[in-house]
Amino acid sequence: MNAIEADGVQVTLGGQPIVRGVDLTVPTRQVLALLGANGSGKSTLVRALLGVVPHVAGSIRLLGAPLGPDVPWQRVGYVPQRMAAAGGVPTTALEVVVSGMLHGRRLRPPRDRRARALAALDALGVADLQDRRVQELSGGQQQRVLIARALVREPALLVLDEPTSGIDLPTQGTFVDALSRLRDAGTTVVVVLHEIGPFAPLIDRSVVLRHGRVVHDGPPPPARGEHGDVDHDHTHPHADPEPPTDGPDLTLEVTP
Amino acid sequence: MNGWEQVLALLSSPLMQRALVAAVLVGAAAPVVGTFLVQRRMALMGDGVGHVALTGVALGWLVGSWAAVSPADSLAVPGAVVAAVVGSVVIELVRERGRTSGDLALAIMFYGGIAGGVLLIKLAGGTNANLMSYLFGSISTVSTGDLWWTAALAVLVLVVGVGLRWALFAVSHDEEFARASGLPVRALSMVVAVLAALTVTISMRVVGLLLVSALMIVPVAVAQIVSRSFGRTMLLASAIGVGVSVVGLVITYWNDVPPGATIVVLAIGLYATAAVAHPIVARRRAAGRDPHPDVLDDVLVAASDPACAPEPSPGPGTTGR
Repeated sequence: MNAIEADGVQVTLGGQPIVRGVDLTVPTRQVLALLGANGSGKSTLVRALLGVVPHVAGSIRLLGAPLGPDVPWQRVGYVPQRMAAAGGVPTTALEVVVSGMLHGRRLRPPRDRRARALAALDALGVADLQDRRVQELSGGQQQRVLIARALVREPALLVLDEPTSGIDLPTQGTFVDALSRLRDAGTTVVVVLHEIGPFAPLIDRSVVLRHGRVVHDGPPPPARGEHGDVDHDHTHPHADPEPPTDGPDLTLEVTP
Repeated sequence: MNGWEQVLALLSSPLMQRALVAAVLVGAAAPVVGTFLVQRRMALMGDGVGHVALTGVALGWLVGSWAAVSPADSLAVPGAVVAAVVGSVVIELVRERGRTSGDLALAIMFYGGIAGGVLLIKLAGGTNANLMSYLFGSISTVSTGDLWWTAALAVLVLVVGVGLRWALFAVSHDEEFARASGLPVRALSMVVAVLAALTVTISMRVVGLLLVSALMIVPVAVAQIVSRSFGRTMLLASAIGVGVSVVGLVITYWNDVPPGATIVVLAIGLYATAAVAHPIVARRRAAGRDPHPDVLDDVLVAASDPACAPEPSPGPGTTGR
C-alpha cells in the first residue's frame, strides 16, 4: 500500500497557481525529502496533501483512502512550520500535546491522556516543560512540543514542514535521532526541507519543486558549486577560532 | 432588622430568587464561551451579535403585536435567539473567508442591527423603557417563563461547551492542525458561533445587549492573568462570572443602581486589581530563577560578565560557554 497517492494536484491561492499538476506516490516506510527554494510551493503541496488548503484539481489518497472523512486520521501526524499564534489564553505544553490525540473520529481525548502526552514530551526531552505556557517557550522548545503533538498518536505517516528552520544545531540533532527511530519503526516520513543538512543519512528519496512543478525525483540531487562539497554544511559549526581577549586588540606601531 | 434578617428577606423574595438563579447560570456559562472567543481572537464577536439580536427582539415584538399575543414581548426572546444565531453564523462565514472587505460588511451589519432594532421597537408600540431594558438589562423583571428559557439554554451552553472543550480548544488553538487531523473544523467553528449566540440571548436579561460581551470576555481577561493552562483559565473565569454576577445583584437589592452596569464594573475592577497585583507577586516568586534555557550556542564572546560564566573564569580571554 502507498502512504500517499497524489495525481495531477493543482492548488490555487489568491488566484495564483501555486502547485501546478504534481504527481507524487510515496510508498510506506519511505523517508522522502521535499526540497525547493522559498516560494517553490513545497509547503503548499504538503498542506494540500493533508487537506489544510483545498486543491482545485487532481486526486489525493492518504493511507489508501481518498482525502476526507474516510482517511484513518489517527495514523497521520503533521508538524507545521511554527506554533500557531492563537489568542492570549494561556495554554500549557501538555494541553497542546493532548490536542494531538483528537482526530476525525475522536472529539474527546482518551482517559490516559496525561500519561501519553507526558511520554511524547519525554521522548523529545522536554517533559519538564509540561506545565509551562507555550507562549513563553523558545522557538526550539515550541518546535519540540509540536513534534510531540504529532507523535502522540503514533502516526504511520508523519509530515514535517521545515522542522529545523531557525533551530539550533543540538536541537536539530535531537530531531534527526527522533526521525531515525521512527523510520526504524516503519513510519513513512515526508519532510519539507530547505536544505538536507543533518538529515542526509536518513533520506531515501528526494523530490525537488520549482515554480510549483516537480523538477527532480530520485536520490538527493547534488547542490550547486561549493554547496556540493561532501563536508559542506550550510549551518557551519566551525571549530573554535582564537578566542577574543579582553586586552587591547589594537596595536600602534610606527614603521619607518 | 439586623444583617442576617436582611439576607433572609433577600433570599425569600421570589423576584430575587429568580434573579439569583438567572445570574448564577449566566455568570457560569458566559465566560466558558468567552474563553473560546478570546482564543480565536474574536473577543468582540459577542458585541456584534448583541447588536444584531436587538433587531431580533424588535421583530419578535412586531410579530407579537400583529398576532395580538399577550404580553406583547413574549416573542422577544425567541426573536433574539433566531437573529443572534443568524448573525453569528454570518460572522463565522466572513471570518472563514478572511476577506478584508468582510470587516466593513460586519460593521454595517452591527449598526444596522441596533438602528433596525430601535426603529422596529417603536413601530411595534414599545416605549423607551422597554428599549432600555433590552439594551442594559432588567434582571428584576425576570418572569418564571424567562427563567425556564434562561436555565435550559444556559445548561445547554455549559454541557456542549464543557463536554466538547478539547475539540473546541483544538480548533480555536490551531485551525490548520485541526484540519490536518481530519477534525470537522467547520462544524466545530459553527458550534462556537451558535454557543456565542445563545449566550448573548440568555445574558440579555441580566446585563443587557450592549454589555453582554463584557460578561463573556472580562472574566477571561482576569483569569488569564493568573492561570497557566487553558482548562484553569476557563474554570476560574466561570467562577469569577458567577461571583461578580451574584455580588452585583445583591448590591442592587439594597442600592438603587442598574444591575448590569454594576456587574460589569465589578468585573473590570477585579481585572484592574489582578493586573496591578500579579506582576508584584510574580516578580517575588521568580526572583533568583534564570528564565533562559541552558542551551549551547556557537558564538564566541569574551566573558565580560562573570555572572554569565557557568564556571569560574581562569582569566581574561575565556569564552562565554
